[in-house]
Amino acid sequence: MELNSNCPTGPIEKRWEKHRFDMKLVNPANKRKYNLIVVGSGLAGGAAAATLGELGYNVRCFCYQDSPRRAHSIAAQGGINAAKNYQNDGDSIYRLFYDTVKGGDFRARESNVYRLAELSVNIIDQCAAQGVPFAREYSGHLANRSFGGAQVSRTFYARGQTGQQLLLGAYQALEKQVNVGNVKMNSRSEMLELIVVNGRARGIVTRDMISGKIESHLADAVILATGGYGNVFYLSTNAKGCNVTAGWRAHRRGALFANPCYTQIHPTCIPVSGEYQSKLTLMSESLRNDGRVWVPKRKEDTGKSPQDIAEGDRDYYLERKYPSFGNLVPRDIASRNAKDVCDEGRGVGPGGLGVYLDFSDAIRRLGQPAIAERYGNLFDMYERITGENPYQLPMRIYPAIHYTMGGLWVDYNLMSNLPGLFVAGEANFSDHGANRLGASALMQGLADGYFIIPYTIGNYLAQTKLEAVSDSTAEAREALQAAEARVKTLLNINGKRSPDSFHKELGKLCWDKCGMARDAKGLEEAIRRIPEIREEFWKNLRVLGEGGSLNQTLEKAGRVADFLEFGELMCLDALKREESCGGHFRTEHQTEDGEAKRDDENFTYAAAWEWKGEGQAHALHKERLDFEYVKPTQRSYK
Amino acid sequence: MRLKLHIWRQASGSKNGDFVEYNMPDVSEDMSFLEMLDVLNEKLISDGKDPVAFDHDCREGICGMCGMVINGRPHGPRVATTTCQLHMRSFKDGDEIWIEPWRAQSFPVLKDLVVDRTSFDRIIQAGGYISVRTGSAPEANNLLIPKPDADTAFDAAACIGCGACVAACPNASAMLFTSAKVSHLGHLPQGQAERSRRVRSMVARMDAEGFGGCTNHRECEAACPKQISIFHIARLNRDLIKAQLTTQEEKAVSEGAG
Repeated sequence: MELNSNCPTGPIEKRWEKHRFDMKLVNPANKRKYNLIVVGSGLAGGAAAATLGELGYNVRCFCYQDSPRRAHSIAAQGGINAAKNYQNDGDSIYRLFYDTVKGGDFRARESNVYRLAELSVNIIDQCAAQGVPFAREYSGHLANRSFGGAQVSRTFYARGQTGQQLLLGAYQALEKQVNVGNVKMNSRSEMLELIVVNGRARGIVTRDMISGKIESHLADAVILATGGYGNVFYLSTNAKGCNVTAGWRAHRRGALFANPCYTQIHPTCIPVSGEYQSKLTLMSESLRNDGRVWVPKRKEDTGKSPQDIAEGDRDYYLERKYPSFGNLVPRDIASRNAKDVCDEGRGVGPGGLGVYLDFSDAIRRLGQPAIAERYGNLFDMYERITGENPYQLPMRIYPAIHYTMGGLWVDYNLMSNLPGLFVAGEANFSDHGANRLGASALMQGLADGYFIIPYTIGNYLAQTKLEAVSDSTAEAREALQAAEARVKTLLNINGKRSPDSFHKELGKLCWDKCGMARDAKGLEEAIRRIPEIREEFWKNLRVLGEGGSLNQTLEKAGRVADFLEFGELMCLDALKREESCGGHFRTEHQTEDGEAKRDDENFTYAAAWEWKGEGQAHALHKERLDFEYVKPTQRSYK
Repeated sequence: MRLKLHIWRQASGSKNGDFVEYNMPDVSEDMSFLEMLDVLNEKLISDGKDPVAFDHDCREGICGMCGMVINGRPHGPRVATTTCQLHMRSFKDGDEIWIEPWRAQSFPVLKDLVVDRTSFDRIIQAGGYISVRTGSAPEANNLLIPKPDADTAFDAAACIGCGACVAACPNASAMLFTSAKVSHLGHLPQGQAERSRRVRSMVARMDAEGFGGCTNHRECEAACPKQISIFHIARLNRDLIKAQLTTQEEKAVSEGAG
């Protein structure tokens, strides 16, 4: 299979403009004749559905929550990057482009990243006009902060709830279109199958989570904006419902899955407190601006109260190893170092899986009110969850899965290799390479939804002749029956174990073998173990109740079934990528001082995997990545 | 700790419900309230009994999906805390806990603790937005917004749409929810053009959905996990009266492009 990224050529700063001009347009009067499906209502899906509705297309949008306003974009805290250069500190579109390519460890497509940086400025204009209450200076101008180790202040924010406010902006625009009848919203609906007719994506099969009704919906194009797959690890900062099902079902129908091994681990999360733990909570990275990370120098001290450990017996390991960046090293480095000290037996808290994040110096220097002003809401949240007061005792933190850079393969138009299937936001693989910079996820979701897909989908529709399809088209019937059969099978296994018990087992295995650090031996073991867990799942699962009503166990079971297939591909991709880059750290491939070592000669490509059928090995297709503007270098934060 | 739970069980909206008693012999104080229910559900599944249905998603107190009435209080005993952020250290050994769904005519029960809150979406549809076509926005810093206005708008915009305000109100009024959006957008210069139309239309929709009127009990404010102030209700009332006195009823709503 030939993978064509369809990137325009010429000077990089003119490519998107040129491409927009070259694209075919759909006549305004014809737009309402087209039916489009958007799955997911987060920043990417919500923005796309609202904008496509506004353009006059007939849109149906689906989400599994009770309202589109609840999509997990809402939980993003820190902010959104944009190359506005309002601070006059030397930022530019080119610099944001450069930082993103470098931050992604030279595993992203230059053309896509440049477009993202270019559109970032339009996003801020759009959101401000919608009434998103961004932070402001006393002059009334928009405020910025520096975020995630960037050397310029380009991050726009709305207290610690930027994702919420941006999502509500998109949600409100979407509800307006619902009101005028251009968008039909189907909440509490889950996509179970993709309908492919003559090689083109033409619809989806969904289950109504209240009535249990399984239905097919046909359309001229399908947009998946279904988020990431972080919940393959069971414990992550994702919402409990986040899942890979839509993407995986599309993959099984022919869409390529790219770079599944690129996962991002966030260093500052609240550690696990017990077996019952259901999810992990992220504490904003901004805490590292004033907090100092340490563990005891000696193993024997890990059981002591932190106040009883003398200054000289503490190891401020980030400051020691990275004197110039100190506690502000990038996410992957901070995470890996936390794991290393815990592996040495110097971790603190339950199970020894935690490190201290200590504010006592900052409180002494600035006073408690100043710290409360900066981080009060985070300190309160920490106290609610752990019962400990971080003004008196250091916080305990540990890394957790937070974002996934891999996703369905798409070209420059955000269309997958299946014509008519578009993929937006975290669900695609396109812009972050092997590592995403802080405050870039919101930017990408909104760029895809507001400004890219509304153009590129028109281009596709204008030059494609689509045959009529209906519920009785053979492919639609087949997909519907497949979804129905699967639900029936899940209900009829009548085994002993709950879906959660399988999910936890899979998650722990993936975290141990394919988490912060990976090696061939562990990955091979995971690849051997996952099919065994899967086999037991299909023999020993217990789902009570029936399919014809609200059944949350059944919903979970379907999602876990897909994670059990996806997890194996993630480990395979991690095994085959014999290098370390960004969030993918192979212990066999590191420099003498323990940093990630890329192999540009052999691995400067996106790995796009093709489903070959049940029980068959996946086929690997490579999209070569070329760097004309930003020349690959070794990242160094010493 | 050992707890006794009384949980509202209702197979569907059309069936009658009742409280069912469950003993929890070993609850850790570090568990969240929902994790305690997870443990109960795993036990119910292994005993071959139907697990308790409840809504939840982010479990970080921001998505607004979770919510149940705990011992008579929406989201339970802790101030400014959603159900998912409530931890069991707020309870003690031997406690009995009564758990119910939101009770309001406009939030019909779907199953057990799960209710239908789409009426909130319809209130937003009626006007809870600023109309701006994608791509047509002016340069963001052309519009200066004094910091106090931006901060007040943010305070209102922090609403997570969970519905605790409705569940807490003896009239099942949605005034706090509706006013939060009216006040958020009304505090911003971008929101002025549609301000009168917005408040009239949203209040009309709120009434049509069957929510009760506000009689200043202030239970909503006390239950709100985001501490939205009833200041915004006063603001809505002022906007509504002004709109009724100064503008005419809209005849038709214009459509977008296309």
